[in-house]
Amino acid sequence: MTAIVTIRVQEADFDVAREIEALTRGRKDIGAVVSFSGICRDGDGGASLAALTLEHYPGMAEAEITRHANEAMSRWPLTGLTVIHRVGRITPGENIVLVLTASQHRQAAFQAAEFLMDYLKTSAPFWKREENADGADWVEARDRDDAAAARWTRS
Amino acid sequence: MKVKYFAWVRERIGKPEETIEPPADVRTVEDLIGWLARQGETYAYAFERPRVIRAAIDHSHVRPDAMIAGAREIAFFPPMTGG
Repeated sequence: MTAIVTIRVQEADFDVAREIEALTRGRKDIGAVVSFSGICRDGDGGASLAALTLEHYPGMAEAEITRHANEAMSRWPLTGLTVIHRVGRITPGENIVLVLTASQHRQAAFQAAEFLMDYLKTSAPFWKREENADGADWVEARDRDDAAAARWTRS
Repeated sequence: MKVKYFAWVRERIGKPEETIEPPADVRTVEDLIGWLARQGETYAYAFERPRVIRAAIDHSHVRPDAMIAGAREIAFFPPMTGG
């Protein structure tokens, strides 16, 4: 059967159960679905976060996610995957990103989901701006995210 | 060619995109960053740490030594913080 690949960048929230259903409906060859939700959390170290605003590069964001989705499909025996990334203003407790991977066996689904998230963090053109009581500022990229993505590079 | 700016690069320059015509000796992404940085105070501020700036040509990430000839759209932005 053909693999189902869904990639969306949207302001609206997503429904995890509905997205899993779309990935698995009518199929009997899927033994594992891994679901990762990235959620907007309150500030670290007691600092209160009012909201995040996510900016993206329309066109390139979808293209970059598609490139990594294609790579995931070629590296692991997946029956399908879903990546949904929200943009706009998001408050603590709300969803930011969803990655679903489906496969016959769990290893491929776990690894592909982690691969996709690591690359979303470092190479999909999205930027977070944090609003709190002191004003608003852009989130700094973290070296540990680069290191997480680098471990998937094949030598 | 069209250039686009995102996040704090966009804020510092004060516009999301523009059409530019750099001179012929501006051949690489690195050259273009250097040329843009000389186009006024807002540009100098946006590109004050050129090593931090990431670039894409026609929706693909490129390195500073990438040639810009033939590019339709070049984008400059800070390291990404999505996901």
